[in-house]
Amino acid sequence: MGYVSNTDTDRAEMFEAIGIESFDELLAPIPEELRFKGELNLPSALSEYGIVRLMHNLSSKNSPAEGTLSFLGAGSYDHFRPTVVSAIMSRGEFMTAYTPYQPELSQGMLQTIYEYQTMICALTGMDISNASMYDAATSLAEAALMATNILNRDEIVISASVHPNYREVVETYLRWTGYTLVTVEATSGATDVEALRTAVTDKTAAVLFQHPNFFGSLEEVQQLVDIAHGAGALAVAAVDPTSLGLLKPPGEYGVDIVVGEGQGLGSPMGYGGPLLGFFACGKKFLRSFPGRVVGATIDQQGRRGYTMTLRTREQDIRREKATSNICTNQALIALCATVYMAELGKTGLSTVADLCLQKSHYCLTKLTEIPGVRAAFPGARFVKEFVILLPDGKDATQVASSLHSQGILAGLPLAGYYPALGSGALLVCVTETKTREDIDSFASALAAALA
Amino acid sequence: MPHQTIFEKSRRGRTGANLPECDVPRVDAAETLGAGALRTSLPLPEVSELDVVRHFTGLSHRNYSIDAGFYPLGSCTMKYNPKVNEKTAAMPGFAGLHPLQPEETAQGALQLIYELQSMLAEICGMDATTLQPSAGAHGELLAMMMVKAYHAERGEAHRNIVVIPDAAHGTNPASAARCNFKVKGIPGNDSGRTDIAALEKALDGNVAAFMLTNPNTVGLFESDIRRICELVHSVGGLVYCDGANMNAMLGLTRPGDMGFDVMHFNLHKTFSTPHGGGGPGCGAVSVKKILEPYLPTPHVVKSVVGDQATYTLDANRPQSIGRIHSFYGAFLLAVRAYTYIRTLGARGIREVGENAVLNANYIRARLADHYEVAFDNQVCMHEVVLSATRQKVQSGVRAMDISKRLMDYGLHPPTNYFPLIVPEALMIEPTETESKQTLDHFIDVMIKIAEEAKDNPELLKTAPHNTVVSRLDETYAVKNLDLRYEPIFTATE
Repeated sequence: MGYVSNTDTDRAEMFEAIGIESFDELLAPIPEELRFKGELNLPSALSEYGIVRLMHNLSSKNSPAEGTLSFLGAGSYDHFRPTVVSAIMSRGEFMTAYTPYQPELSQGMLQTIYEYQTMICALTGMDISNASMYDAATSLAEAALMATNILNRDEIVISASVHPNYREVVETYLRWTGYTLVTVEATSGATDVEALRTAVTDKTAAVLFQHPNFFGSLEEVQQLVDIAHGAGALAVAAVDPTSLGLLKPPGEYGVDIVVGEGQGLGSPMGYGGPLLGFFACGKKFLRSFPGRVVGATIDQQGRRGYTMTLRTREQDIRREKATSNICTNQALIALCATVYMAELGKTGLSTVADLCLQKSHYCLTKLTEIPGVRAAFPGARFVKEFVILLPDGKDATQVASSLHSQGILAGLPLAGYYPALGSGALLVCVTETKTREDIDSFASALAAALA
Repeated sequence: MPHQTIFEKSRRGRTGANLPECDVPRVDAAETLGAGALRTSLPLPEVSELDVVRHFTGLSHRNYSIDAGFYPLGSCTMKYNPKVNEKTAAMPGFAGLHPLQPEETAQGALQLIYELQSMLAEICGMDATTLQPSAGAHGELLAMMMVKAYHAERGEAHRNIVVIPDAAHGTNPASAARCNFKVKGIPGNDSGRTDIAALEKALDGNVAAFMLTNPNTVGLFESDIRRICELVHSVGGLVYCDGANMNAMLGLTRPGDMGFDVMHFNLHKTFSTPHGGGGPGCGAVSVKKILEPYLPTPHVVKSVVGDQATYTLDANRPQSIGRIHSFYGAFLLAVRAYTYIRTLGARGIREVGENAVLNANYIRARLADHYEVAFDNQVCMHEVVLSATRQKVQSGVRAMDISKRLMDYGLHPPTNYFPLIVPEALMIEPTETESKQTLDHFIDVMIKIAEEAKDNPELLKTAPHNTVVSRLDETYAVKNLDLRYEPIFTATE
């Protein structure tokens, strides 16, 4: 049946108005040999009840966070999502609108994006934010490309403590545009500052780091920024927005471009997407930053209103000379983040960050009480993620697998990403959604699995 | 009355969130993280949950949508977004999945990705598909990377030119340029299609690819497409299909059969996933066998042992162009598109194509006496491009004025001033989900506006009159840049 509205009578009347006798006459411009004959090889149509049942069955083949005790993080987080976020997001007025090219009919989404940009600036301490990008990884890649364009330099330096997937995406983007990526080691769970000093030269367009980094640890951010600036390069930070409820905004330690993943601000994990890349930078990059941006203006009567602005940077106007090829972004996910940040507000986001801090420290304490389990990076400062090392000879993947049979996702085994850490390294994430009992259960299950 | 920002509604001490108490022994943040690492203020608003609900509900009332009315925005395929898609995408077994959990705990998700990859390949007549790109432009960029890898591996890295018609979407040249290709534009011919002679002239051994939208951006099918693909292939180039207009071809004809080597879909257009006011999207890319090795990592593959199928994320693909997304793309959009295709089946998919084409031609036929139809009122595919040149000559009324006047009648305007090759363009794409009655209403209003353009042009030039704001001053926006609500940054704590 589908969602077509025309009846046979409608169609007959339309044929007459057009002056045709059969639909095939409208296919005249398609050469006969290119017309698809027969039926596509697709599964047969389903009723609404049938599709819901099918999808329920398919989704039941997965083990979601709900019903599982998950300590997985690494760029996708099960932060609590206040009900109000999905209630607003599911409003058809937002969900089924197109990009706000006609501002008079799109003031709701335009004002939302303006408020989103304001909140991202507040979080990051930067002057301007764009209207959103695909995800943290592509935002980081866009930042790298922007730096090469601004400085006319063709090398990017990245710390090995940046999320391995993000590094791969940056590498992909740079490789096919002909730029070079230099990776600096992160031997003790954070960027090796001396190695960075050596790697950064007058060819370096930008230094890319993550804070807190992939291991959850804080970086010596001021030193990283100073090294970049010392060589005339830009400092680019990938940040976790929740952690910014507590941490100093990157604008205060001199970062030039801040990017990050906004999924944790009210959106579900959704097996990794859709995500929300945020992108903020200094005012001096007004003409060179990528992506859409919304500005306030006035209408013919002088009333305040909103519209997309600085459009001459964009692909539909500037074509091959645009600052980026991005067009569709993540407006609805940006809406989620805006509602989330409004709901939590000045104190709520700090409370969430603090709860992560408290619970993750409690968790590390409990886990390291297990004989042989230790922190991989003693003394590392962290907000919600940390790395533990299992006793010698214990394989994190195997242990995690045995915990999963008890309904616990123990974290991310790191051997595949950082072989030097050994097979016992496990990245553990503890958000505000975990209770003391949850953490105690995790610790008991891990102790039992290792015994 | 202007709608206050959420920041203006803020009152010290108010909060919406109901967060848990800390139930573990506390550590001191300054001691643990270092006082120097902490922030001293966070200028987010302080509002109650009711404030949040009223604020954003109020904003939603200031936003037009498909759910509210007809949205004939050309090239955007604003079809109905089925509600059941939202129900399936919200199922905890999909929405609550972590991308890095063990593959054996996500078999349903991987199976869905694999089957959607296959169904899209079947629909477009290609061999393999990736769902990783987050938008059409992201798909184009991926395709350009694969084109580059393909030529490089054949020792033809010197191919540095991508040929693109002047009528193309701006993302095409922008995506090619992002991959360091030089863009060579070619004009169209008098019938609104690719000028074969101009194409032949542009083709040589340095051409890496030709990017073409089919049906093209004038809404016309490229009838010479076989010959076009042969010409490009004869100089060693590849042919890319911008699939923004795929809705016109569903079940009727397939890009893979025409000779295209690679194309992108917009799941947020053709396959009914909501556009969300500007995203998220999914720009799935399908390829012929020759490009399959270059697809991004990880790629979802199926293996069968006995009667047991297993789905895995294959990251070991030495010829791959690499990773292009933090994880695997917009999975929850894949769930919606999968729901849509499984609901429709093969015949339902073809009905989409047929009715999309019928609806556009109906509008064309009924408005042809009142507006110029670009390129001599030919049979179009899923969209028709009108031109307001007659109105402009008569009374100085421009395409934008007609669009703004449509708003007064409660209708969303068509796309304006695109494609660039049609003066005063009004690009109308009704989609298959609209009924004849809705189209008739739109047509009647368009005819009335054509009359108004003759009798009372000022009414159009000053439109819209019935919207929450009147025409916005875009020059003022650029000259007085205001990209964030400044008072919160200057207020004393």
